[in-house]
Amino acid sequence: MVGHIAMRSIDRPDGQAARPTLGSVAGASSALARDGRSLPDTPPIKAAAENFSFFYGQFQALKSITLPVYEKHVTALIGPSGCGKSTLLRACNRMHDLYPGNRYEGAIRLLPDNTNLLDPAVDPIEVRMRIGMVFQKPNPFPKSIYENVAYGLRIRGEKSRSVLDDRVEEALKGAALWAEVAHRLNEPAFALSGGQQQRLCIARCLATDPEVLLFDEPTSALDPIATASIEELIDQLRQKVTILIVTHNMQQAARVSDFTAYMYLGELIEFGETRQMFVNPVRPETEDYITGRFG
Amino acid sequence: MIPADLSGIQRIIRRNKRRDLIFAIFGFVALLIGVLTFLALFLQMAFAGWERLTPDFFTSFPSRRAGQAGILSAWVGSVLVMLVTAVSAVPLGVAAGVYLEEYATRSWVTDLIEINVTNLAGVPSIVYGLLALGVFVYAFGFGQSILSAGLTLGLLILPVVIVATREAIRSIPQHIREGAYALGATRWQVTRDHIVPYSMPGILTGVIIGMSRAIGETAPVITIGALTFIAFLPESPIGPEFPWVNFEWLKSGFTVMPIQMFNWTSRPEEAFQQNAAAAGFVLVLMTLAMNAISIWIRYHLRKDIKW
Amino acid sequence: MQDANSIESLEGASFEPLKVSDRLARKALRHTKERVIEALLFAAAGVSVLTTVGIVWVLVRESYHFFTVVPIWSFLTDTMWTPLFADAHYGILPLLAGTLTTSLVALVVAIPLGTTIAIYLSEFARPAVREAVKPFLELLGGIPSIVYGYFALVVVIPLLQLFIPGLPGFNMLGAGIVMGIAIIPYVSSLAEDAMRAVPMSMREGSYAMGGTKFQTAVRVVIPAALSGILSAYILGVSRAVGETMIVAVAAGMQPNFTMNPTEPAQTISAYIVQVALGDLPHGSIGYQSIFAAGLSLMVMTLLLNVAGHFVRRRYREAY
Repeated sequence: MVGHIAMRSIDRPDGQAARPTLGSVAGASSALARDGRSLPDTPPIKAAAENFSFFYGQFQALKSITLPVYEKHVTALIGPSGCGKSTLLRACNRMHDLYPGNRYEGAIRLLPDNTNLLDPAVDPIEVRMRIGMVFQKPNPFPKSIYENVAYGLRIRGEKSRSVLDDRVEEALKGAALWAEVAHRLNEPAFALSGGQQQRLCIARCLATDPEVLLFDEPTSALDPIATASIEELIDQLRQKVTILIVTHNMQQAARVSDFTAYMYLGELIEFGETRQMFVNPVRPETEDYITGRFG
Repeated sequence: MIPADLSGIQRIIRRNKRRDLIFAIFGFVALLIGVLTFLALFLQMAFAGWERLTPDFFTSFPSRRAGQAGILSAWVGSVLVMLVTAVSAVPLGVAAGVYLEEYATRSWVTDLIEINVTNLAGVPSIVYGLLALGVFVYAFGFGQSILSAGLTLGLLILPVVIVATREAIRSIPQHIREGAYALGATRWQVTRDHIVPYSMPGILTGVIIGMSRAIGETAPVITIGALTFIAFLPESPIGPEFPWVNFEWLKSGFTVMPIQMFNWTSRPEEAFQQNAAAAGFVLVLMTLAMNAISIWIRYHLRKDIKW
Repeated sequence: MQDANSIESLEGASFEPLKVSDRLARKALRHTKERVIEALLFAAAGVSVLTTVGIVWVLVRESYHFFTVVPIWSFLTDTMWTPLFADAHYGILPLLAGTLTTSLVALVVAIPLGTTIAIYLSEFARPAVREAVKPFLELLGGIPSIVYGYFALVVVIPLLQLFIPGLPGFNMLGAGIVMGIAIIPYVSSLAEDAMRAVPMSMREGSYAMGGTKFQTAVRVVIPAALSGILSAYILGVSRAVGETMIVAVAAGMQPNFTMNPTEPAQTISAYIVQVALGDLPHGSIGYQSIFAAGLSLMVMTLLLNVAGHFVRRRYREAY
């Protein structure tokens, strides 16, 4: 476990709390170091938003967000509904490109190649092939279980049956679903239960080895037992992949994440190590939200 | 192989996007074929029939000599037949739609009616002609008249009107009904004062689309035995004395625009083909105008209603 | 008791409380009125059932007379249809062949083009393009079939004759192609509706994995909308089978027993038109033959409609 707060708001002399800033990702670790509390065992950064703003038409949904995502750790985005946490998550996969009238400003960088995911020159398809996403409601394709998992490989042009078989099995095992579906891979995915469908959607992402996995409130449509199994799965996945998860459920954030970002009205209010943030939040707004006084 | 490196991914993306582009071109070409066919058809008739499109063309009866023939009896016949069609189909269709949406409780009777309406929409129009020939012309003794033709086309567009009415009613939110019921209105009052007025734009759109289809229908009207050569007009619906209406025209023989066009099309002489083009141009303009009105209603009147 | 406050009872501006007996009388009156109105509306809805009953009754009755003269077996197997000759044959096969051939040609045109247009509009085109093009397609679908018939005869067949030397002036190919164009709007708009009904979340799932528009359309949206797309095709077939004026004008009026689209032939519907244009006396065998032909047509389209219904129900996706 990383035992220290990576970044916290610092009180300015004028009493106003400064928003966390990163400068550039290349200089991110030094920026963190400058606050004097950064420690040598801070994990490497996998991705980072830098002064990222987002507009739905005229409406500014995200205001200059700067946020690191640490490699092979789970970062949770929390905040009341409408705070922009899902918008931020979807931006990481360029999902907003699917709809007209959306505009990005600033950067979301993916390391180690330091690609700005939002750069118009970067193909959104390239971004999506590197970063997987799991949605609120399980959205399996109207295909068999096998073909759902093989989909990502097929759109990459993979035709070899043996490669597909291997990767499908591996992905289903990775998503803790293999034991339940091994004997019925050719049945339609709709036949699975909600929790199984969601794990299938996770397996679908795992099959293509994404660098980052985005979860958009993955358990909000599931019952408590299915939720527990997904949370357990996320706990295992952090060994292999960087995870960014949006959740409306603070207990869930506390259970599954290493780092937490609290957002409110399109702004990042506080970012820090989860344990620290839940026990001892810096900003009063965060404390109000976490203790349930509002939100 | 699944390339892990970025350049491999980029190569795959280039290939995939090339296919995207190829399909987009195909799609565009397919659309173009549709749009160009429409333009070709329209312009061909406009050019071929242009010389014949004089005022005389609209005020002359058909004739053995192509140069003197006109569409007077045809367009008058079309207008009168459409009148009967509208008067029969609109009240029936709207009432049936209202019944199915507002009154009917789920039972085998309503299921039967619904399946029926769906199936009727798929019955070929010529079969309606046979129905009319057997029932209106001979069993009811209406003869080969404007009344028979109008009722036939009325039945033909009934499913269109019913479906349009139901869709329009379905888009009215439940709270509007509840608001009216909460004031003590009866079901009929809610229907008459709220449901029907608010669904009017949708109903109108459906009625006009149905009418524009009916005005171009040829096969059922031929089947009931409309004449192809008519050199007289039916009696005027407006009578000379009280009550100033006259229903003799309903029993009159008639021809309609599409039949007149069919008649000219099936003649080998070039000059009659010209007449056919001119008649076709007028007919398409009529249906275009009706479609344009319904599109206009859909985009403008509906915009005013925001739930 | 709430009825004393209804708008009607305020007429005459009498706000004095009504006697109980008056209230009851009004209530009874209103109740009767409501029942009468409901009965009227029900009767209107019943007209559609009556229409079907009427169609079946007329077709079956006249066909029954027809089949007392012409054995049903020879109707179904005789390869000649010569009702107007002295040696009259009533074999439906030539008309059926004409109907199927023209419909087949039409489908070869309408299904690829209609599906491509549907995919393009639903998955590729920007909303502005879609809104601009759809009215055009609606207009294409609203053009009277006699106009299409004229177009086939005067424009398309002469054009085809440039490429196929010796093509007769009336043929099933030209009629079928134009018929195909005429039913494109039906196929494309129904198929597009089916695709647009596929929830966005399913598309997002594919895009999020790096799928392109084409991959998403072909591998996710089409399988999800398959039932709707298939029933759009079936509706297209049923339209083609029942289409009358295009074939009556452009396919020729000879009942040839052939499935070669470059030859002229007659369809079932065109035969009905041909007889109706003539002067066959009511009750004659020729008059009855059009009802037998109509019954065949009706059975074919009914089977198609039932198949469409079945497809929609059987393969309806649970999104």
